[in-house]
Order: sequence, then C-alpha cells, then structure tokens
Amino acid sequence: MELFSKKNKETFLSPLWLNNPVAVQVLGICSALAVTSKLEPALVMGLSVTIIVAFANVVISLLRNTIPNRIRIIVQLVVVAALVTIVSQVLKAFAYDVSVQLSVYVGLIITNCILMGRLEAFAMTNKPWDSFLDGLGSGLGYALILVIVGFFRELLGSGTLLNFQIIPECLYDCGYMNNGLMVLPPMALIIVACVIWFQRAKNPDLQEKSN
Amino acid sequence: MNTNSNKYTIIYASIMVIIVAFLLAFVSSSLKERQDKNVELDKMKQILSSLNISDSEKADAEKAYQKYVVADRIIDQNGNIVSVNGGFSIDSKKIGDELPLYECKVDGETKYVVPLYGAGLWGPIWGYISFNSDKRTVYGTYFSHEGETPGLGAEIATEKFQSRFPGKVLQENGTVKISVVKNGKVVDSSCEVDGISGGTITSKGVDKMLHDCLSKYANFFNK
Repeated sequence: MELFSKKNKETFLSPLWLNNPVAVQVLGICSALAVTSKLEPALVMGLSVTIIVAFANVVISLLRNTIPNRIRIIVQLVVVAALVTIVSQVLKAFAYDVSVQLSVYVGLIITNCILMGRLEAFAMTNKPWDSFLDGLGSGLGYALILVIVGFFRELLGSGTLLNFQIIPECLYDCGYMNNGLMVLPPMALIIVACVIWFQRAKNPDLQEKSN
Repeated sequence: MNTNSNKYTIIYASIMVIIVAFLLAFVSSSLKERQDKNVELDKMKQILSSLNISDSEKADAEKAYQKYVVADRIIDQNGNIVSVNGGFSIDSKKIGDELPLYECKVDGETKYVVPLYGAGLWGPIWGYISFNSDKRTVYGTYFSHEGETPGLGAEIATEKFQSRFPGKVLQENGTVKISVVKNGKVVDSSCEVDGISGGTITSKGVDKMLHDCLSKYANFFNK
C-alpha cells in the first residue's frame, strides 16, 4: 500500500474545497458563528479541531472492528471527550497562555458536528492512515472557512487583523466607521453564504438540479 | 466473535469506561502540580499588570513579584490589618470578611492593589486595581474575562480600555467614585471612564464589579 496514493490524496484534498465540511456538508456552522468575530480565535479553533479530529479518527479507526454497533455513537463521544480533556490538561500544564486563550473553545470542540460526522461516516469503515488523512483534510477545510469568515469580520468589524490596525487612522478621520454588524453573529452566516455562493458558481457540479 | 450480543456490549462499555477513567485520573493527578504553579504565576502576572509593569519584566513573574510586592496583607471590614501575609492565597471569587490587600513599591512609591471579581455578559470577569498611597487616585488596572464577545465585551482585556483608568479619582471619604459609563456619555471626566460601544453589558459589569469590590474597603480608605 502506498502512503500517498491517488485515492489518499483525494481523501485529503476533497474536504478542503469541493467537499468542504462547512460549505458543502453544512456541518459545524454553529461554531463558525461563535468564534469568527476575530481572526485569532478562528485560527486557534481551526487548528485545535484539525488536531482532535485527525487523532479521534485514528483511534476510532483502530477500534472499528471491535466497537459494538448499538453503542458506537457513545464510544465515539467518549473517545472525543477523553482526547479533548487530555489535550486541555496538557496545555494547562505546559502552555498555560494557550490554554487561557482556548478556555471556552475546548468545550465547543466536543460539540462540533464535524467530529462526530467524520467518525461515523469515515473512520468506522476505513483504515487508520486513510482516516488520519480524512480527519486532517476535514479539519483544515473547516479551518479554511473559519479563517475566511474571521478575516472579513475582523477587517470590516474592527478595522484590524490579528489585532494589528489595518485600516489607517486617517480614514476614520474622514468619517469612515467600523461596521458594528460585522461583529455580531448574523454576519457570519451571511459571509458563509457568500462563500457557498462563490463556490457553487465556480463548480456547477455542486448545484442542485432545478426542476 | 459476535460484537452485537448484549454481553459483549455491556463488557465493552464497562472496560472502556474504566480505561478512560483511569487515563483521565492519571493525567489529571500527574499534571496537577504544574497546573497549580501556572495558576499561581498567572495570578502574580495579573497583579503586576495592574501595576503597569512592562511585559519583559513580567516574563519572570516570580522574581518581579518579589521585587515589587512588599506584603500580601489581610485586612478586615474595619480596615484593620489581621495578618501581614497570606492575602495571596485568598481566592478572589470567595472574598468574605477577610480582604486581601497587596502593598507594593514601584519606583520607591507605595501602591496598593486590590482584587476585583464580578459578572460580565456571558461569564465571570475579574481583575486587579492599583492605587496610590493617598488612596485617592487610580494607578493602574488589569481586567480579564472568561468568555465575553470578542471585539465587543472582550475589549475590557485590552490596553486601550485599561489605559483609560490611571489618574481617575478612586474614592472620596469611602464612597467609590470610579465608574464606567456608556460610551460617549462621560460627564465628570475626573472619575468617569468611557465604556465599550457594543459591549454595554460587559462595561456595566465592570462598573458594578469596581463598585462592589471597592466598597468593602471603605473603612480602609478612611483610615
């Protein structure tokens, strides 16, 4: 078996754009609203989810032949919750500043639908390495959308990027104002919708037949 | 083996729970000491932040803390000193009759630091406020929060907001004067601070926190 066969590449790449978990599968929308009003939490959340989903995929994939069918969701949940708890404990001990940053998001990772979605749809029926790639791809696809949304919301809502002032002071003096609506959750939905619109316009395959 | 039988399912679930429980207990207990140390260091950093100590000096929090903080006293409601040391170990969340009071020396001048704890919009907010030895004017502040809205309420943790406090009147004759008002509605700029536009509830939380926590020190202010 080849580590980077054509199929594996596809497993990794397709969730990045054509089968994006947020824009196409419409999973994980809730957290995309919650953490994207600034770019930094969006990045941190995207990376954390990527790491957790990749490793949870591997663990479930290793256990897939032993898991009793009737309690499989519970087993998946326990694996995810245990992984998240361990990661947050380790961060608290060795990278306290990061753990303070992550505080609320750690809880949100467990409830992220992408995790359960990938575990159930992919890891339960595929080998560990494939599952790892799928988890990595899905996580990064999710992070990509978060970063796009976070970028526009912070730039237009606060005039900054990663807390650095981007919009020059002189523009404010001329009467420019930050768009307060951008900081509020509804704008995240509208930006996600714009991404979906753009993506479907570019890829007619994704459009539903109208009849 | 039949992985769908009741027996298998029950045994599988039991073993899984036991393994996970042991794993989590092990991780938690083996990292406990380091975590507690980190929490302590973080508290020192927060106190130093309220004294406007530079980031580079805060990097070694323990050393800087010993340099600037002379004593962590405990005082009672009447303003009398109960204990010269031990204030540091009092949890800001559970301040009752014993009030912590940090006595510090910055550039040869005595400053006092008092912990703050209150509620924001989504969760707790906390901080420290330092004031000059005349107990009248604010020297510096530090605020933090658990989960206020980024870009709105979360702005209380930024330097931009905290820099509005130094020099304001803290209290007069034991009545707390310092307050946070709605953005742009400052009338008396000697003691009123602009809130955050769009973060009204968090700003009000800061206002209430300052008032509630500082009121307990009224008798100390009058001494």
